[in-house]
Amino acid sequence: MEFKTAVFYFLSAILVFASLRVITARNPVHAALNLILAFFSAAGVWALLQAEFLAISLILVYVGAVMVLFLFVVMMLDINLDRIREGFWSYLPLGAIVGLVMVAELGAVMAANYLGVLETDAPQAVAGASNTKDLGRLIYTDFVYPFELASVILLVAIVAAIAITYRGPKKTKYTDPAEQVRVRAKDRIRVLQMPAEKQD
Amino acid sequence: MLTLSHFLILGAILFSIGVVGIFLNRKNLIVLMMAIELMLLAVNMNFVAFSHYLGDLSGQVFVFFILTVAAAESAIGLAILVVLFRNLQTIHVDDLDSLKG
Repeated sequence: MEFKTAVFYFLSAILVFASLRVITARNPVHAALNLILAFFSAAGVWALLQAEFLAISLILVYVGAVMVLFLFVVMMLDINLDRIREGFWSYLPLGAIVGLVMVAELGAVMAANYLGVLETDAPQAVAGASNTKDLGRLIYTDFVYPFELASVILLVAIVAAIAITYRGPKKTKYTDPAEQVRVRAKDRIRVLQMPAEKQD
Repeated sequence: MLTLSHFLILGAILFSIGVVGIFLNRKNLIVLMMAIELMLLAVNMNFVAFSHYLGDLSGQVFVFFILTVAAAESAIGLAILVVLFRNLQTIHVDDLDSLKG
């Protein structure tokens, strides 16, 4: 077996195992950690496919940002584990059937179209070619408009996430007129009886 | 030798694991979102594989955009989850019935 193939099987085994643990883990924190492992293995597989830029950005964006956010939220929320797990095993037969059917269907489609057709290896990259450089050239020329749209989407996400969770002080000095009318002197002033101190 | 179908079948397995995860964890909003991330990862895997084997970099650019949208989606989803928990003290799916759906 070629070395590259062995690496592929090694990474895929870890990837499939980690994703199975994601959906079966009892504790959501374990699920998030397993998802991080899955993303790392997927980045390895992408590096095998000579997509170095995407492999690095998967680790930076997903493991570095999105999964940290997930862990943050999971650890911040107080989750009732027993209640959230109820019905897990009763859904398993249905889920397993749907999953197997999907694997069979996808496998059939791929077997019909791709098994044996593209048995050749991929076109080898020219020596000295840089995946990041080519990708950058493509993004800033052919895909510059979608690229701008992507930045707008990120801006909208930032604004939306802050607007949804914001609970700072209200900036208006609003007074309730009814409350002002109801005010009486005895609510505001309290007369205290104090014994006079003796003079020496 | 590694062929395209290796990667496509890996993507298919990953996608199915994500779908099964949605079935199994339908009480748990956080794991539901993680299952969605898994499915997106499977789709991206297919894009990268096709891009490599067809020698066309456009597929990788598309993966880049999918990563952007997925990051935005999970950020907003988690923000909604936090507000939900703050208001209801629970994220149990059965308790989210105020719309009577």
